[in-house]
Amino acid sequence: MTTARRKSYGVKGAPYAFLFPATILFALFFALPIGYAVWLSLHKVQVKGLGLGSGARSEVWAGFENYTDALTDSELLAGTLRVLGYGAIVVPLMLGLALVFALMLDSDKVRLAPFTRLAIFLPYAIPGVVAALLWGFLYLPDVSPFYFVLEKLGLPQPDLLDGGGLYAALSNIAVWGGTGFNMIVIYTSLRAIPVEVYEAAKLDGATPLQIALKIKIPMVAPSLVLTFFFSIIATLQVFSEPTTLKPLTNSVSTTWSPLMKVYRDAFGEGDIYSAAAGAVIIAVATLILSFGFLRAANSRNKQEAAR
Amino acid sequence: MPSITRHRRFMATAVAVTLGATTLAACGGSDDDSEAQSGPAKLTYWTWTPGMDKVVDLWNEGPGKEQQITVTVKKQASGDTLVTKILTAHKAGKGPDLVQAEYQALPTLVSNDAVADIAEEAGDAKSKFADGVWQQTTLGSDAVYAIPQDIGPMMFYYREDLFEKYGLTVPKTWDEFAETARKLKKEDPDVDLTTFSANDSGLFAGLAQQAGAQWWTTEGQKWKVGIDDAATRKVADFWGGLVKEGAVDNQPMYTPAWNKALNTGKQIAWVSAVWAPGTLTTAAPDTKGKWKVAPLPQWSSSENTTGSWGGSSTAVTTDSDNKGAAAKFAAWLNTDPDALTALAKEGGIYPAATTAQTSDAFAEPPAFFSNQADFYTTASEIAKTTAPSAWGPNVNVAYTTFKDAFGAAAKNKSDFGDALKTMQDDTVADMKKQGFEVAE
Repeated sequence: MTTARRKSYGVKGAPYAFLFPATILFALFFALPIGYAVWLSLHKVQVKGLGLGSGARSEVWAGFENYTDALTDSELLAGTLRVLGYGAIVVPLMLGLALVFALMLDSDKVRLAPFTRLAIFLPYAIPGVVAALLWGFLYLPDVSPFYFVLEKLGLPQPDLLDGGGLYAALSNIAVWGGTGFNMIVIYTSLRAIPVEVYEAAKLDGATPLQIALKIKIPMVAPSLVLTFFFSIIATLQVFSEPTTLKPLTNSVSTTWSPLMKVYRDAFGEGDIYSAAAGAVIIAVATLILSFGFLRAANSRNKQEAAR
Repeated sequence: MPSITRHRRFMATAVAVTLGATTLAACGGSDDDSEAQSGPAKLTYWTWTPGMDKVVDLWNEGPGKEQQITVTVKKQASGDTLVTKILTAHKAGKGPDLVQAEYQALPTLVSNDAVADIAEEAGDAKSKFADGVWQQTTLGSDAVYAIPQDIGPMMFYYREDLFEKYGLTVPKTWDEFAETARKLKKEDPDVDLTTFSANDSGLFAGLAQQAGAQWWTTEGQKWKVGIDDAATRKVADFWGGLVKEGAVDNQPMYTPAWNKALNTGKQIAWVSAVWAPGTLTTAAPDTKGKWKVAPLPQWSSSENTTGSWGGSSTAVTTDSDNKGAAAKFAAWLNTDPDALTALAKEGGIYPAATTAQTSDAFAEPPAFFSNQADFYTTASEIAKTTAPSAWGPNVNVAYTTFKDAFGAAAKNKSDFGDALKTMQDDTVADMKKQGFEVAE
């Protein structure tokens, strides 16, 4: 009797026991900080008079003031537009290259495939800040070997740290660093396609190009969706590259990207309340955009499956 | 994918900073009765000065041992990052006992009730410092919020050999400075006298201070913000004009390109402060022994003032359980001859205490200026002419606005006056938002 009772109790409690550590960790390191950020974003500091001495400063309820301030701040909108412009270059270029490289590596005629794969992937292993520093040096005309060569050849020397050149410069860092990772994701799913499919296609007289366009790409579509999804999030949250290039040029302001504005509010101006509101807005926008995309992609898949 | 990890890393850092602040403070928290004037006490000290641990060892083995006050150094990042960290720690009630704070950060710290008034314990130290320096730690009141540690009187650095080569004379006024810049452009269009850099607000603040600007003043219970005042406008228009006509460069300082320009003689002068030898040693190593220092150019030939760029103080926090002991240490650190010599030697600082400026530690010029035997005599003469400064409770906001507004203006070679107005407006708007009373 006793053993039976203990056993049934154990079975009942087991899921909770297993869930317990994860729940605690989730609550402590995920839910709690987010909740605190939301709480902060609804408050502000209220100073009396000169604001010197003790008791002159108190934390008060602000309602949605921080949110309206952030949303009406032209810099947040300008930053978002800058980031969208940057994303419009990065995402198609990076995913396009990743897809082309993956298809090339997957073709039968390729030599030195393992080495090439590693060589393309390697930049991803370099931390973003280091990559940005490295490229930053190469973009500065006075210290860059590229500019030295351009000058010797009498070619025009574009200013990569200003205007449109800056977008190219920033995108280049992201593409250089991100292509390898995305290529591996696509390549892995290419390898998972059964060989019989190719054999059947070849028997039907399909050329390698036709196989790539009509079989391989449609079959790796889920991977493309996944990489696109990650890339969008990456774009919206771009931070370390422009932050690292900022000291090198007057063209990158402290609010160049939305996340940089959050950082400036918190660490430059000491206003954690506005920073929290900005962070919540970015998080919500990212969620809406990325899940919106996922839904759109899923429904399209379903439609195709139904056809 | 990269940015997911990066974003996480950013969040993790933010959390780690907060947690770190708490644990650090917890480690060093004092465990003694609160209002003890001295007696057994363990203090933590947040500072970014290199070699501070060695200076503190002097205390721990000397006067600290006698009074049973032990100080532990926790090395920190400098500047605004530390201000944020101090405020975060204070919010949690877990601040350290002592902090290093730049002068312009003191009003922010006082306004947040993070640093304590130590007038009673350390008010006697006043006589050791120049009035203009001491006044920055009192915020014009009877309170004393910190003990001055180092100062950064601004000076004019130039390449002696290249000035000779191009037939230039050291400018005594800003008009002459502009003429020198233009003459150099005529001699060699590829060479600049210097650059207007928008990435260090302290430089502009110091130049404005020299011109007589008072950015923050109080009128009764109201703040008055004078960033857009006549003196600062004069400075902004002057540099804006030089940038617009191309007489000086407009690229930021502290970049690899800037280092190279200094090192190869493409920029031949630098408006800087007493700490410049250290920066030049790393930025332009090949030019050792070729630089000289002179007083900053003046706005009129009859004047003799300079601004300050940099400099910091030692403050006692309101969270400290041993404010008396902490104040004692702060006073010793910044007025005791042995401590000041060690600070100069280990930390490479230029002391705020006037007697220390002519002590043995400063008998020899810095190695980089071995050609100018009177480097430190000149420096101490210049230091005496430092104009008073007026800092307010949101210097950080003014400084970040400066970087963006003047960075864009320098880049576009547009009107610096507009950038100055943006700086004024944003600073006032932030103060009003926080609830400060601001006089129009």
